Amino acid sequence: MTLFIEQCLNGLQFGLLLFLLAAGLTLVFGIMDLVNLAHGSLYMIGAYFAATFAAWTGSFVFGAILALAATLLVGMVVEVVAMRRLYGRDHLDHVLGTFGLILFFDELVRLIWGPEGLSLPLPLWLNSPIEILPGVQYSAYKFSIIVVSLIVAIFLYVLVMRTRVGMLIRAGASNREMVGALGVDIKLLYTLVFGLGAALAGLAGLMQAPILTVQIGMGESILILAFVITVIGGIGSIRGALVAAILVGFIDTLGRAFFPDLLRLAFTKEVAATAAPALSSMLIYLLMAIILVVKPEGLFSAGGK
Amino acid sequence: MRKTLLAASAALLLAAGPAAAQQKTIKIGFVSTFSGPVAVIGNNMRDSFELALDHLGRKMGGLPVEVIYEDDGFKPEVGKQKTDKLIESDKVDFLTGYIWSNVLLASVKSALDSKTFIISANAGPHQLAGEGCSPFFFSASWQNDQTPQAVGHYMNQKGVKTVFLIGPNYAAGKDMLAGVAATFKGKIVGEELTTWPAQLDFSAELAKAKAANPDAIFVFYPGRAGVQFLTQYAQAGLKDKIPLYTAFTIDELSLPLQKELALGVPGAQQWVNDLPNEANKRFVADFEKKYPGKKPSFYGAQSYDAAMLIASAVAATKGDLSNKTAVQKALEKADFKSVRGDFKFNNNHFPIQAFYLQDVVKDAKGDFVLKTIATIVKDNQDAYHGKCPMK
Repeated sequence: MTLFIEQCLNGLQFGLLLFLLAAGLTLVFGIMDLVNLAHGSLYMIGAYFAATFAAWTGSFVFGAILALAATLLVGMVVEVVAMRRLYGRDHLDHVLGTFGLILFFDELVRLIWGPEGLSLPLPLWLNSPIEILPGVQYSAYKFSIIVVSLIVAIFLYVLVMRTRVGMLIRAGASNREMVGALGVDIKLLYTLVFGLGAALAGLAGLMQAPILTVQIGMGESILILAFVITVIGGIGSIRGALVAAILVGFIDTLGRAFFPDLLRLAFTKEVAATAAPALSSMLIYLLMAIILVVKPEGLFSAGGK
Repeated sequence: MRKTLLAASAALLLAAGPAAAQQKTIKIGFVSTFSGPVAVIGNNMRDSFELALDHLGRKMGGLPVEVIYEDDGFKPEVGKQKTDKLIESDKVDFLTGYIWSNVLLASVKSALDSKTFIISANAGPHQLAGEGCSPFFFSASWQNDQTPQAVGHYMNQKGVKTVFLIGPNYAAGKDMLAGVAATFKGKIVGEELTTWPAQLDFSAELAKAKAANPDAIFVFYPGRAGVQFLTQYAQAGLKDKIPLYTAFTIDELSLPLQKELALGVPGAQQWVNDLPNEANKRFVADFEKKYPGKKPSFYGAQSYDAAMLIASAVAATKGDLSNKTAVQKALEKADFKSVRGDFKFNNNHFPIQAFYLQDVVKDAKGDFVLKTIATIVKDNQDAYHGKCPMK
C-alpha cells in the first residue's frame, strides 16, 4: 500500500511537471497558432540559468527566481526577434524555423557552458525525505515540485479565467482576427503569452534539473510528451493540459511500476523483463491514438471555431 | 638523349613504385560517441588514443598512422553506417572504439565479413565471447559479465544476503545483471530494466527497491545516467538505508557531477588511476600534462591499450597487414605494456585479467578521486570462453 501511494505521488509529480511544459506549449499553439519545437530549448535554458545563478548566489531558491525572470526575458526576446517573422506562415515554416532555433540554442549553450553539462545541488532541507503520511516517506524535493506546480496551476486558472488578460488570451484562442479587429494590441499580447510560456518551460526545466542534471538537448525527449499532452488535452486548453498531463504522468509511472509484474504473470521472466519497459513506454501513445479516434479535437477543446 | 631521359625516368618510376607501396600508412577507424550528452566519454577515449600515438611517436612499425574518428551519435544504426563507411570507402586496416554494446553488435558483422580486425575499446557483449567469437574480433576491455561478477563476489564477502538489481534495457544492461546473478550467492529479490537511453527518472524503480527492502542495491548506469541515478537514490532517502554497489556507474567523467553522492559507494573495475605499474604512471601523468584540467578514465585507459595492442601487431608483422593470420597471431600475443599491468588474451580474444575494488575518496586538494582498495579477483576469465570454438 505504501508502495502504491508512493508510486501515485511519483506519477502526480511527473504529470504536474509535464503540465508546466505543456501549458506554455498549448497556449502558444492555441492562441498564436504557432508550432514551437524550440519550447524544449527554453526548458533547457531555464535549467542552465538556474544552475548558474544558484552557483553565483549560493542559494537554490534565489537562483531559481532569477532563472525564472531570465527565461521570461529570453522568451520575449525570441518572440520579438524570431517568432514574429513566422506568424501567418505555413506550419511547415514554423517547424523549420523553430527546429533551427533548437540547433541555435544547443550550440549557444555549448559555447557558453561547454559540452559537459552542469549539476544543480539541492539545499539540505530539500535533499532528504520527509514523512508525508504516517509511515510514508517521500522525497521532500519531489513533494515541493507537486506543491509549486499546483500553485502555478491555480495561478494560471485565475489568470486565464478571472482577469482581463486571461479574457484576451481566451478570446485570442477562439478568434484571433476578431480580437485584433477590436483594437487589442495583439503583438504585445503575443509577446506576453510567449514569455509566459517560456517562463513555465523554464520553471519545469529548473525544477527537473536537480533530479536529472543539466545537459544539452535535455528538452528534446520531454517535448515529445508535452506535444502528446497538448493533443490529448485539446489544443489551447489549459484545463485540458492539466488533465492530460496528470493522466500521462500516472500512466507512465504506474505502467513502469506495475506493468512488469502483470506481464510476469502471463509470460516467462525473461520475456516480461524485456518487453515490459518497451510496452509501458507505448501506453501513452496508445492513449493518444484512442483519444484521436474517439475525440479528435482532444478532451477539452478550447476553440469554438 | 631523349631516349636516355625516358629510360631514366622509367627506371626512376619503377624504383619509386615499390618504395611508395612500402611507405603506406596504417589506417585506423575509431567509432565512438562524440556528440550529445555522452560525448564526454568519446572525447576522453579520443584524447587517450591520441596520447598513445604521441607515445608511439605517431608511427606503428615505422609507418605513419592515420586515425579517422567517426561519431556514432549514441545510436546503433549510425554506428553501423559509420563502420561500413570506414571499411568500404576509407579501407581502414583496424577498427576500434565502440563504447556501447548495442552499437558494437550492430557494427561488428560488417567488420567480420570484410575480415577487418575490430578491437573493442569498451563494449564486451556476451554474443561475441562464446559461440559467436571470431578471429577478427579482439577486446581491449572486458566481457560485460566480468565486472559485475566481481561485484557479486565482493557482495558475498560483505555478507549481503538479498539484492535488488537495476539497469538499462539493452545488451550491456542484461549482461551486467546476468553477471551479478552468476556469482552472487544470496537471493535476488527484484530486477528492473529501464528504457535506454530515454528514461532518466528512476523514481518508480527506486520506490520498488525500497519496498523490497533488500540488503543492497546493485546498479549499472554508464555515462550521464549514473549521475542521475545517484542523485535520485539520495533524494529518495536510500543513501543511509540500503547500500549501493555499482559497475561502470562512477568514473572520472561522472565524478565531477556526482561529488559527495559517490563517496563510499564501491564499484569494481579492471583499471584504476593509481595502479602501480610504470606504463600506467606514464599514462596518467602525461594525460594530465597534455590535457590540463582533465582526468584519465577507464574508457581512456582501454583506448590507450587498444592503440598499443594495434601497434604491437603492426610492429611484429613489420607493417605487412596482408597476411591476416599473421596479424591475428601477433595480436593474440598481446606483446605490449598494458596500463592495467598483466594483460593476456583468452582463446576467445577477451582479456584474462584482475578486477579491483575501487572507492571514492577526497584527495589533498579536495577533489573527489577513485582509489584502489583491494583486488577482488585475479586472472579472471569470462564465463563464455569455453563455448568459443577457437583454440
